[in-house]
Amino acid sequence: MIEWTRNLGAKTLQSLGKLGRATLFLLRVLAGLPGLARRPLLVVAEIYSVGVLSLLIIVVSGLFVGMVLGLQGYNTLVDFGAEESLGTLVALSLTRELGPVVTALLFAGRAGSALSAEIGLMKATEQLSSMEMMAVDPERRVIGPRFLAGVIAMPLLAAIFTFLGIIGAYGIGTNLLGVDAGAFWSQMQGSVSFYEDVLNGVIKSLVFGVVASWIAVFEGYDCMPTSEGVSRATTRTVVHTSLAVLGLDFILTALMFG
Amino acid sequence: MYVSRTAELWVGLFVLAGIASLFALAMKVSNIAAFQSADGYEIVARFQNIGGLTERAPVTLGGVQIGRVKSIELDQQTFQARVILAIAPDYNNLPEDTSASILTSGLLGEQYVGLEPGGMDATLSDGDEIMLTQSALVLEKIISQFLYQTASE
Repeated sequence: MIEWTRNLGAKTLQSLGKLGRATLFLLRVLAGLPGLARRPLLVVAEIYSVGVLSLLIIVVSGLFVGMVLGLQGYNTLVDFGAEESLGTLVALSLTRELGPVVTALLFAGRAGSALSAEIGLMKATEQLSSMEMMAVDPERRVIGPRFLAGVIAMPLLAAIFTFLGIIGAYGIGTNLLGVDAGAFWSQMQGSVSFYEDVLNGVIKSLVFGVVASWIAVFEGYDCMPTSEGVSRATTRTVVHTSLAVLGLDFILTALMFG
Repeated sequence: MYVSRTAELWVGLFVLAGIASLFALAMKVSNIAAFQSADGYEIVARFQNIGGLTERAPVTLGGVQIGRVKSIELDQQTFQARVILAIAPDYNNLPEDTSASILTSGLLGEQYVGLEPGGMDATLSDGDEIMLTQSALVLEKIISQFLYQTASE
């Protein structure tokens, strides 16, 4: 019993300490970001590995999520004779929720884990400490560009995901299920508001971008410098990012649309 | 740090695709391209009952959309609904005795305000009120009327 209590206390202190480290780390990275303006190519290279290389999975999932939404939505709506509202259903669910959330989850799996593993391996092979020896601040040289690239890439990926989802639903709805194409777009335009739906979706994905990149670079930077530590950090990145994104999504939805 | 030319090109393409998607979401999916209530002029219509009319519902004349419902509020004195309609600036020659009614598109569709032009020469301008209005049809009221009628026969 005493052992158990002691363990609980140690765990709590450990998590608290980690949260504190992560917050201080984020503040240091943010403070170092303005310096990147002088070397934008660093960020470009990271956007390539974080954003462009994630495009394939985003494009394919976007299309298929949209197609599934189209099929399922149609089956439900056709019972009420309201299959013309398919565009509204698909566009609202994609711009408000699915676009930002699914993109963030895919991002955590595709780019976040890679970021953690890369930074963790740099730490394990002592590349980070050798940088410090050469008076290069690894937080500015390594972490900053990766963090910023994630924050920039996420809203763009989410926008691409959302748009392709709508295209997928449009293709399924009009070609396969026989929804009128004009009604599909006009009903959608009638009920989707740019400021309330599209812009709030972009804000959501921006928040998710910050959170996902933060967790990914911190877990990598904070990992135990062993091969096991790196693998654990990678797992934790995916799990923590997914949990944080889903939890934050609820809060953001309650704030924006509540 | 060395960044290969193709990587740069791909990043450019990626950013372009993202911005193009956002643009398409704005123009094609949402109603930002449609009539904005910022320009144009406003007219007021009072209804006994607006049914399920919501803000941003279309305002049509002869089936053509000429504006949107800007806001809906309750008049505390008369207990009528005050509906403010924002009309596009192009349609500035509506006769003063134009009437407004709340209609439903289709059986289950959304509700909108339909205008019926009158015959007077004077035209409605910003802040004017439409005097002739017809409230939304509430299904329960129609059914109860129908029931009373058939019962009395």
